[in-house]
Amino acid sequence: MRFQIFELISSRFNKFFENTFREVREINKKYRVPHTKTTPLVKISLLMLRVYLFLLIAILFYKFITLI
Amino acid sequence: MNIWARLFYQYRKFVKVIKLYFMIAGPGLIVMLADNDAGGITTYAVTGSKFGYSLLWFLLLLLPVAYFVQEMTVRLGAVTKRGHAEAIFYAFGSFWGWFSLIDLLLTDWLTLVTEFIGMTAALSIFGIPSVITILVVSFVMLIMILQGSYWTWEKIAFLFCAVNLVYIPAAFMVHPSVNQVLAGTFIPSLPKGGFTNEIFFFLMANIGTTIAPWMIFFQQSAVVDKGILEKDIPWGKVDTFIGSFFTVTVAIFCVIVTGTLLFGRVEIESAAQAAIALMHIDKNVGTLLAIGLFDAGFLGAICISLASSWAFGEVFGWAHSLNNKIKEAPWFYAVYMFALLTAGAVTLIPGAPLILITLFVQVIAVTLLPAALVFLILLLNDGEVMGKYKNTRSQNIINITIVALIIILSTLYAISALFPNAFM
Repeated sequence: MRFQIFELISSRFNKFFENTFREVREINKKYRVPHTKTTPLVKISLLMLRVYLFLLIAILFYKFITLI
Repeated sequence: MNIWARLFYQYRKFVKVIKLYFMIAGPGLIVMLADNDAGGITTYAVTGSKFGYSLLWFLLLLLPVAYFVQEMTVRLGAVTKRGHAEAIFYAFGSFWGWFSLIDLLLTDWLTLVTEFIGMTAALSIFGIPSVITILVVSFVMLIMILQGSYWTWEKIAFLFCAVNLVYIPAAFMVHPSVNQVLAGTFIPSLPKGGFTNEIFFFLMANIGTTIAPWMIFFQQSAVVDKGILEKDIPWGKVDTFIGSFFTVTVAIFCVIVTGTLLFGRVEIESAAQAAIALMHIDKNVGTLLAIGLFDAGFLGAICISLASSWAFGEVFGWAHSLNNKIKEAPWFYAVYMFALLTAGAVTLIPGAPLILITLFVQVIAVTLLPAALVFLILLLNDGEVMGKYKNTRSQNIINITIVALIIILSTLYAISALFPNAFM
């Protein structure tokens, strides 16, 4: 009985994760190609965003290290 | 036509306009009043107690800032019929899409925890235990969304928006000096001691409470869920402007209350402390502040959890409308309740690092805010998608200036929150 319940729960979990991963793959496929026009403004903005986020994460990482 | 007939005609016209406004109104008004959430009220209460009326003028400057940013979401939602999360995925691909979605969920969840902290702190003043507050609040929020209609949800939310205005009568009850208030509001000046790090921190905190990432996602999704069309955009703009007016009005009146009674007398660090301190001076005003704090947390919580559910539903392609029954959109409602209950549960954990969570909200929001704002500007400049509703040159000048300032100041705010002595 206990084994059956465990099996039922684990199969439900497996199904849930399988479905989620499948959905994520579908989303990645659906949105693989950006639909906005890659004008110089868009390119520069996205590059600046990446640099900004990289710096911010570096600051957070530094704070985390110094906290420890 | 005699004068009475003319007056009656004008009256009918006015009533028609008001009715039409209330049919279209909603997302702008609700998002703006929900912007005065528990964190916002805390910021205003502490600002008033530390600096009196001397920073009121700065709050007035935030009116156009809030309006111009949020107005863009109305146009984008009405034209594309997509929420902000879906719009980012579609326009910029899955990398930026996942980044925005995951960051939004994290920021929203952490902000939800702070809303619960505010609500439990407010009701604990009246002797209500935190567990009861969280259970009752979650139940009410569940009822609000389960009635299966966006319109009904919106009308109930309007009631809570109305409670958010309690700071206005509270400010009249404390009898502030009208001349000083007017001077503080319309004549820019700095408190005694000039421009200090503390003032800089509070100016940034006030900006941080005015524009939050969830607001952009919420209003655009609400515009789509409500079914606002391109022809309704002017009404959506009016709605957003009225919302901006009220959000700044509530902020100013909240500062007036604490500025009148607490400035130079009591040091406070939160709105709940302000309410307790005010109760010793004027019980009615303290009670109103506590009710307002609870309502602010409640309004923030219903909007923030919806912003997450909408974003998730848009991206995963689940049914994600408040017009859907629970059977039709189980995941949409599951995400909503999961966010609420887990955030509430964290508040109840003894010794939970609530101050650290509050700090992290500020920091993590800053990782999302610039991205959301930059995407907003880029999307509004896409002529193929936006057509005649794309940003004009003057709108671009205003919006890019505002966005650049918000990014710089909110980043400095996050750095000063992480490293308090960074700008000493």
